[in-house]
Amino acid sequence: MSNEQLVKKSPSFFNNPKNRSLVYQFLLLAGLSYFFYGIVSNTIANMEALGIKSGYGFLTETAGFDILMSLVPYDATYTYGRTFVVGLLNTILVSIVGIFFSTILGFIIGIAYFSKNWLLHKMSIVYVQIFRNIPLLLQVFFWYFAVLAALPGARDSINIGEAFFLNVRGLYFPAIVGESGSGFVHAALAIAVIAAIIIKKWAKKRQDETGQQFPVFITAIGLIVGLPLITNLILGTPFILDYPSLQGFNFAGGVTVIPELMALTLALSVYGAAFIAEAVRAGIQSVPHGQTEAARSIALPEKRIMSLIIVPQAMRVIIPLLNSEYQSLIKNSTLATAIGYPDLFTVFVGTTLNQTGQAIEIVFMTMAAYFAINMLVSVIMNFMNGGVALTERK
Amino acid sequence: MKKLSTIVAGGLALVALGAQAGTLDDVKARGALSCGVSTGLAGFSQKDEKGGWSGLDVDVCRAVAAAVLGDASKVQYKPLTAKERFTALQSGEIDILSRNTTWTHTRDTSLGLNFAGVNYYDGQGFMVSKKLGVNSALELGGAAVCIQAGTTTELNLADYFRTNGMSYKAVTFDSSDQTRSGFESGRCDVLTSDQSQLYALRIGLTDPSAAIVLPEVISKEPLGPVVRQGDDAWFNVVRWSLMAMVEAEFLNVDSASADTAKASGSPEQKRLLGAEGGAGEKLGLSEDWAFNIVKQVGNYSESFERNVGSGSALKIARGLNAQWNKGGILYSSPIR
Repeated sequence: MSNEQLVKKSPSFFNNPKNRSLVYQFLLLAGLSYFFYGIVSNTIANMEALGIKSGYGFLTETAGFDILMSLVPYDATYTYGRTFVVGLLNTILVSIVGIFFSTILGFIIGIAYFSKNWLLHKMSIVYVQIFRNIPLLLQVFFWYFAVLAALPGARDSINIGEAFFLNVRGLYFPAIVGESGSGFVHAALAIAVIAAIIIKKWAKKRQDETGQQFPVFITAIGLIVGLPLITNLILGTPFILDYPSLQGFNFAGGVTVIPELMALTLALSVYGAAFIAEAVRAGIQSVPHGQTEAARSIALPEKRIMSLIIVPQAMRVIIPLLNSEYQSLIKNSTLATAIGYPDLFTVFVGTTLNQTGQAIEIVFMTMAAYFAINMLVSVIMNFMNGGVALTERK
Repeated sequence: MKKLSTIVAGGLALVALGAQAGTLDDVKARGALSCGVSTGLAGFSQKDEKGGWSGLDVDVCRAVAAAVLGDASKVQYKPLTAKERFTALQSGEIDILSRNTTWTHTRDTSLGLNFAGVNYYDGQGFMVSKKLGVNSALELGGAAVCIQAGTTTELNLADYFRTNGMSYKAVTFDSSDQTRSGFESGRCDVLTSDQSQLYALRIGLTDPSAAIVLPEVISKEPLGPVVRQGDDAWFNVVRWSLMAMVEAEFLNVDSASADTAKASGSPEQKRLLGAEGGAGEKLGLSEDWAFNIVKQVGNYSESFERNVGSGSALKIARGLNAQWNKGGILYSSPIR
């Protein structure tokens, strides 16, 4: 045979799997782009034809309504854009508080499952079964009406001295207002926190090298409480307390925690704790029993076994589950609309949407906000996960 | 930038569109009128013990159904909260929104909707518990006020308190029933809403005599039915159905006397009831459109007295809602 006949014919274009996959991906991309383009242009054309105003100009118009609770200054003369900020901050507040309490409660209940005490073990199971199986909306209503029904009216509040009041309008306590010089106390607090972190790192390093332990916890508490306190006394207490007082219908002054916030936090924490307890239980059960046996064989006390051996290893299972739980809690906070807590959904998608009629822009902004918050939580949790995940040799 | 952000916004939403023009044809083809009402407001739109709907707003829908389909019972009622009502109408889910909706400039111009008339002239008021010993709205500084979210009530409240230099705490709820439970539980001192709603809500309290409605009326609230823009034929049908009820009262025709009036009444009565004049054909309806309305639903005063007046638990006086020649401001255009 001649050399020319031995040369293989080059295969057709589609016989190469790489080329095929490129073509399919290109077709899919073209199809999706056409689909989305069609939806978007159809929406815009329809809205114009219906005479519905579009655009984000409404964000600079005056809102005209008041919001029950706001972390930044707000009244009816501010703009709709401001209501977005107010709602967003309220959502972030209830999310942070809910995550904090549900994590603590969830860990306690999850670890209680493994207690040798029969009652604790059973209570853990009962708690999870009850609060996991009842719809969250019902729980929110329950806490709200239970909270409202149990508390007395404003004129007969439960009070501790003249400083703390609890009634159906909310929980009132004195606000600490800083005068000149209070900046030093804040700075002292910040310095104390940083010092505590540095001491913790130093103590760990020392323990790794020499085996000596250092009472980090006590020292940290002492610093964080003591340093600002000393600064406070030296400067002559540059703070005044703004006491809440009953004027006419309601209390004025001081800090108010509205019952809607209390009820929503209670509901979210109790509900989230049930799921987090299960995540903790899954994590702890994932640690091989050999670890516990080995720890017992070197005479570690039970509590130390849990905190030094089991839970750190359990965290690599718990943290990804916590990630979902936190995001679920943040999204569940939109149930605030059922009880009138002014979170982002209630204030923006509820009131502002109804006043302006700009449904698409408002819903899009709200979706983007919740998406951004959840992505942030996810990034933080994944970062923490990276710290505890099993690493394999590459 | 505006176009780009709108494109981006539109990219994440789907808007279902009902028919632009041609709602009249759609209703005839479907054989029933799709009517948006409230989730339950005594006197205006409420489910009764038999499972049917009754109320002043419900009667508007029944009148339109009687005019278009010849049968006032051919209506599908869709209960809507204050937040959903406009999107339901814009998207075509309902043909007409009859839900004690205030006719304001913003709603009439920027939502792609038209108000077809006013079926109740109302105003915003306050309700407080008698125990507070308050006699005027000007003594309400610092109070907690229960309101329904997303209504003109919220805006008027803010304006009134700001104008009079008073502060307040706004406790918002989704539905008027929730505002009433908030008021009863003591969460707020004051309940504010349209005066007609206040009377309706007061009936639902465990002790209605313990609450009083303060005399101040702080805003104008002309309530009326709403339809989509760009559908003039349908707009005419709804507008003239409402006006037929008012005109029937003006001409002293009611459901009992409709037959005799049609046969042997005055020329105006005959023109209204379709015995002569051809008014129905010009609307695209049959000639007994108004006759069906008056016979099956009644004229405006019958509807008023039955739902919110002397024949109901609310006992609201005609006041502004009487005919123009009887001390009120209801004035219908002549049918000719």
